[in-house]
Amino acid sequence: MSQDVKTVPLDALHRSLGAQMVPFAGHSMPLHYGSIRAEHLAVRERAGLFDVSHMGEAIVKGPGAEGFLENLVTNDVSKLTPGRALYTVMCHPDGGIVDDLLIYRDDERFKCVINAARHDVDLDWMRDLLSGHDAEITDVSAETVLLAVQGPMAKPIVQSLCQGQDLDTIRYYHHRFGEVAGMAARISRTGYTGEDGFELYLASQDAERVWAAILEAGTPMGLVPAGLGARDTLRLEAGFRLYGQDIDETTDPLSAGLGWVVKPAKGPFIGAEALAKLASAPPRIFIGLKLGAREIPRHGNPIYRGSRRVGEVTSGSFGFTVGRGLAMGYVEPDSAERGTDLRVQLRVEPPQWAEAPVVALPFYKRPGI
Amino acid sequence: MADLSAYRFTKTHEWVRDDGKGEALVGISDNAQSQLGDVIYLDLPKVGATLGAGARFGAVESVKAASDLFSPVGGEVVAVNADVTASPELVNQDPYGRGWLLRLRVEGDPPGDLLDSAEYDSFAKADSH
Repeated sequence: MSQDVKTVPLDALHRSLGAQMVPFAGHSMPLHYGSIRAEHLAVRERAGLFDVSHMGEAIVKGPGAEGFLENLVTNDVSKLTPGRALYTVMCHPDGGIVDDLLIYRDDERFKCVINAARHDVDLDWMRDLLSGHDAEITDVSAETVLLAVQGPMAKPIVQSLCQGQDLDTIRYYHHRFGEVAGMAARISRTGYTGEDGFELYLASQDAERVWAAILEAGTPMGLVPAGLGARDTLRLEAGFRLYGQDIDETTDPLSAGLGWVVKPAKGPFIGAEALAKLASAPPRIFIGLKLGAREIPRHGNPIYRGSRRVGEVTSGSFGFTVGRGLAMGYVEPDSAERGTDLRVQLRVEPPQWAEAPVVALPFYKRPGI
Repeated sequence: MADLSAYRFTKTHEWVRDDGKGEALVGISDNAQSQLGDVIYLDLPKVGATLGAGARFGAVESVKAASDLFSPVGGEVVAVNADVTASPELVNQDPYGRGWLLRLRVEGDPPGDLLDSAEYDSFAKADSH
């Protein structure tokens, strides 16, 4: 490989479990441990254990930290109280998205969790904007391992490993410091699968022990290790955007259906003016299309309305739970209404088309929500 | 691992197993199913279709990609595996056994460039990237 690909701390462990490793965002990561389909279904029916330590983490602290972040991101950081997590995007002045990220607040500091593929770009962007703010940024990515336990059995499995904590008291999008398998962890009730679950931020040197403990406690309850392949099919069913596919510097959060993380009333932030102008007429709209059971759309497939091209697929794959090909993408505003009949060009040679009406996202919702 | 001495392979990763009585089974190799990942569906011809050796007869679609299928030998389709149509993951789980795709009544001579199992393994190793 021409580029430098990093190995994650648990690399040897993944290989010993039979993982097929692939390069992703500069890291060698497990794509699957045997079957994407089996891992996807296991997460929805029981539980899956993901190593997502390729993600980046940066601590922002200092008296000016909140003001710095308030200017940096579109969502309202003043509403982020200790113990909560905030999903937001940060934009260029023209409204294009630099990255989507999660921000945790502890008492004296914030932690930003950023996409692996954007690690260097994000940190450069943030550091360049620090001047004038009494705050500092520390990149802790290399010392942090992030494990995700996701699925209906996630809570009992993780609970069995943290005796001193009642996980029922950590609500969705909240977090608390505790111990998992005796190791210090930030226990966050978040995830990227559409299921209940926890993301556990650990020190790298503790990761192997915690992974092993989760597997040991979880396997009798049906937990399996799950890779990036299942992570992608799960998040697609749940309608979650992926930076680099659905959102990037050429897309704004309003077009992307992420207007709910843009809070113009909070005061000035980078991109506020551009987004205010776009608010009344976004140039395109993010939609979902549910195809047939034998039709699999892919990133880049053109979307037509009749004989006219109106947009493009940005995320496409097969939803193993819904049993259908699923597409998310952008179309012209006139073609974005639910129920509009569109067609996706799946293949040019031989020509293959799929007809699909625009549907609401997500494609799958966990029962009981 | 299956005894592959009776199997012959194409460079497009299909296999053919002649039963010595004029019929043959056709499928895709273990290497192919591994490269493809989870098979989601198969586009296969109907019973009665006539295939030429090397002709495209359908496609296999996985999470990763769609891949055309090429017939190792010429012949008439006398059976299509209903099990894989219903459960495409059989192709991943048992590519040389229950994951067979077609049964052909063989017509004409087999192409001269089919590989045996060892030759195919060498080819597949060199071919993969």
